[in-house]
Amino acid sequence: MKAIHSLLATLIAAATIQAAPAALAQDTTIKVGVIAAFSGPFADYGGQIEAGMKAYMKEHGDTVAGKKVELVTRDTKGPAPEVAKRLAQELITRDKVQFLAGFGLTPNAMAVAPVVSEAKVPMVISNAATSSITTKSPYITRVSMTIPQVSAPMAQWALKNGIKQVYTVVADYGPGIDAETQFTKTFKAGGGEIAGSVRTPLQNPDFSAAVQRVKDAKPQAVFVFLPAGEQGIAFVKGFNERGLAQAGIKLIATGDVTDDHVLAAMGDDTLGMITSFHYSAAHSSPENTAFLKAYAAANDAKVGAPNFMAAAGYDTMHVIYEVAKKLDGNIDGDKAMAAIKGMRWTSPRGPVMIDPETRDITQTVYIRKVEKKDGKLANVEFDKIPDVKDPGK
Amino acid sequence: MTTEAAGTARPRLPNDRWRALEVAFWLLPVIAFFVFPSYRVLGSQILITGLFAVSLDLILGYAGIVSLGHAAFFGIGAYTAGLLAVHGWHEPLSGLVAATVVASVAGYLVSFLVVRGGDLTRLMVTLGIGLMLWEAANKAHAITGGVDGLSGVTIAKILGVWGFDIGGRTAYIYALVVVFVVFVVLRRLVHSPFGLSLRGIREGGKRMPAIGAPVATRLRAIFTVAAAVAGLAGALLAQTTQFVGIDTLGFPRSADLLIMLVLGGTGRLYGGLVGAAIFMIAQDYLSGIDPVYWQFWIGFFLVVIVLFAHGGILGGLETLRARWRPSS
Amino acid sequence: MIGNVVGVLFDGLAYGSLLFIIAVGLAVTLGLMNFVNLAHGAFAMVGGYVSVVLMSRAGVPFLATLPVAFVVAALVGFVLERALYQRLYNANHLDQVLFSIGIVFMAIAVTTYFFGASQQPVSLPDYLRGQVHFLGIDFGVYRIFLIVVVAALTIALQYLLERTRFGSQVRASVDNATAAAGLGINVNRVFALTFALGSGLAGLGGGLGIDVLGLDPTFPLKYMVYFLLVVSVGGSRTIKGPLIAALILGVFDVAGKYYVPQIGGFVIYALMVVLLIFFPAGLYGRRA
Repeated sequence: MKAIHSLLATLIAAATIQAAPAALAQDTTIKVGVIAAFSGPFADYGGQIEAGMKAYMKEHGDTVAGKKVELVTRDTKGPAPEVAKRLAQELITRDKVQFLAGFGLTPNAMAVAPVVSEAKVPMVISNAATSSITTKSPYITRVSMTIPQVSAPMAQWALKNGIKQVYTVVADYGPGIDAETQFTKTFKAGGGEIAGSVRTPLQNPDFSAAVQRVKDAKPQAVFVFLPAGEQGIAFVKGFNERGLAQAGIKLIATGDVTDDHVLAAMGDDTLGMITSFHYSAAHSSPENTAFLKAYAAANDAKVGAPNFMAAAGYDTMHVIYEVAKKLDGNIDGDKAMAAIKGMRWTSPRGPVMIDPETRDITQTVYIRKVEKKDGKLANVEFDKIPDVKDPGK
Repeated sequence: MTTEAAGTARPRLPNDRWRALEVAFWLLPVIAFFVFPSYRVLGSQILITGLFAVSLDLILGYAGIVSLGHAAFFGIGAYTAGLLAVHGWHEPLSGLVAATVVASVAGYLVSFLVVRGGDLTRLMVTLGIGLMLWEAANKAHAITGGVDGLSGVTIAKILGVWGFDIGGRTAYIYALVVVFVVFVVLRRLVHSPFGLSLRGIREGGKRMPAIGAPVATRLRAIFTVAAAVAGLAGALLAQTTQFVGIDTLGFPRSADLLIMLVLGGTGRLYGGLVGAAIFMIAQDYLSGIDPVYWQFWIGFFLVVIVLFAHGGILGGLETLRARWRPSS
Repeated sequence: MIGNVVGVLFDGLAYGSLLFIIAVGLAVTLGLMNFVNLAHGAFAMVGGYVSVVLMSRAGVPFLATLPVAFVVAALVGFVLERALYQRLYNANHLDQVLFSIGIVFMAIAVTTYFFGASQQPVSLPDYLRGQVHFLGIDFGVYRIFLIVVVAALTIALQYLLERTRFGSQVRASVDNATAAAGLGINVNRVFALTFALGSGLAGLGGGLGIDVLGLDPTFPLKYMVYFLLVVSVGGSRTIKGPLIAALILGVFDVAGKYYVPQIGGFVIYALMVVLLIFFPAGLYGRRA
């Protein structure tokens, strides 16, 4: 019995000693906890976000306001809200991060919201695109985009260019439904007519039924929202194969379908597709050139072509650096959010601003066409709608 | 006292006495609470997943039903508890009970489909049901939140005293107490004549009717119990994380659970707990290192366990122990 | 509307044919060796990547890559069978499931390491693209190609099983391995060759399917459900069973998505569960 007593005593002593935090490190480093998927089917999300962050740090150095900036990455492996929440809790209580960033997927961001509210830690969303995320906590801001924000301009452009009748095909899940809802709302408000709509199941290898339905309805255009990757490819292929392009039906979509990262794999079937999006790797501006150069320098070729998530990662670090400079390295949650509200800068995508009321991003949405530029497929911008706020709020 | 050849363990008659090792095992999470205060959230999730794994062991290890859709009941329990909280019923303990009841009803209904057919049929039926439930939860996104998840799950203080905190202290103790209580009940069940008859069914299902044991009824009963416990675990997760994701019903969850259980060792009630602990701790530790390697090594260990280390970790420990102390 | 019905039927048959080509190998190995091989999709993936690599890196024309995909996948299957699978023929089904899941995970990890996690670009030769117009209905060229290939393969397989010596050895070993061994049939060799054949067919299916199903390292897990569906509903004792099952499932899936898209995703799973309730051993399975 005595042995057990002394064992327990030692353990309790160890516990209390261990409770001394690593507070010293906080004085010289700014830790940013990056929560995203780095493995599994969404591995590209985390990979791109981190690559963009590294690009910024390569270009601007890894020190700001006299402190070193350190990225602490944690893998959620995909949509795993309880893991994301736990990682956030651990990053805040154990690693003592001053910022949380990343969040490629909406459920992960939603689950973490109450944590940052309680701990008063600023959270910068680098990708998750559902409108309502920023309403879940006053400590959340977003530098990427929302789905309604890029869907509405597509409807506006279609109306402006004589397309009055559209058939919508979206994947049957949150983002798809958001896109369909917003597009339909904007399109109908401008006098357009929705010829029909179909929602395809999320696990869907074969699009012949959906494409056939579109063909039967013979609309002027079909608006598509599908997860980037094989679904987008399959639909576009089916679209071309069944002769819808020859029949004069236009294919319009949000830029998620022609994601720069997978555009090369989608092949020439995508030529002529018109999409609306906030970032194209082919955007010509000095900021984008600098970003692309830093991206190539900071990452090895395995990471692949940069896309909107990398650009968002880059801008995430920008926000963090600016806040650090304004607060002279002493990060306080409320002061940080005050500094973020209303922040304006020129991002690789164009001019952007963080709306002071919603803490969400306001930016220019471009209308692009898929063309061959220097022998490679690219989303070439030819029209734009500036200062688009998130219409979902 | 007959002398035994080295390496054979004397067969024991089944009894329900708590062995010293079991007591020591349950002291571990209590000690861990004090020694690893910054890992409490992980600890609570390990306990919950461990209970979930034990529920799978009931049908897999004890009754021999291979299921790839057990997460369906976990998710049903989670959504029940979550929806109750979102719609105004914040009391946690009654939420747990409600979730368990709903999950057991679902389990009872599914059990009729599962007792027919061979292994592949059961595998496909459970898989199919799991997938359909996922589709249903996605379709009903107005209620469940779909892939975005169900947020706003606010839970009142347990018994009016203990609220859930960011450090996970309340979550840990709540999970530990509930898991322990349920485990004790299951342990009693498994060591009872009913539990022994399950083992009989697993080993020789065709012979059981000869001794008067109705196979289908018993299988349905244990399937319902397993579903109920899985639902309870799901509700615990929903309440301690204040969120319900659609991944609670998904196939990856069922598959990971199977791996954890096999890792720990099937048919030995503690296998689920041990497997869950080791799997989740390793995953947490290695998630900083290149994740592609994680998947490779899990695959590798699965192959190795199946080929050489049958019975998982607990099986291996048992063999070691039998060799070391032949007269125990 | 009749035109639509024919169109939907055609698309469904094409989709079902693709499922059949990939799944037939699994039916054969399950029926012969009673081995639940969830890693079957990995062999299809091998075939797919072989096809893609040959087309993109070596400029080999698409049709020529298909036999190579078959051969490579068959070789991989043969090696794995001799080295690992044969140890588990007498193991229980859970062990087989877990073993094959382990193989899948390793295959996915290795593929991700060498090829990256994204989709592989694929473009078919021009003569296989587009549609032909016949009796007022448009038929996809590639889909016609798929149906033709499957029909040819099925006939070839039936011939192999019914008319050749090897085929009768396979059928004998399926019925009763001990008796077959007693008659002097080298059952181990039969198993190895059949497994290789099954894997080769999967590889061929993988190569044929890349245009329709896409190709990335998670292919084996994504489509595992569909292969298992075909085999469990069709039964594993015949070639005919999985063929009928694949065609039925394909047609119902496409028809469901076309006529009632709101429930489109459920149809294939619900149909499977219903069929399994009424035919627990599969449509053409052995009645207990």
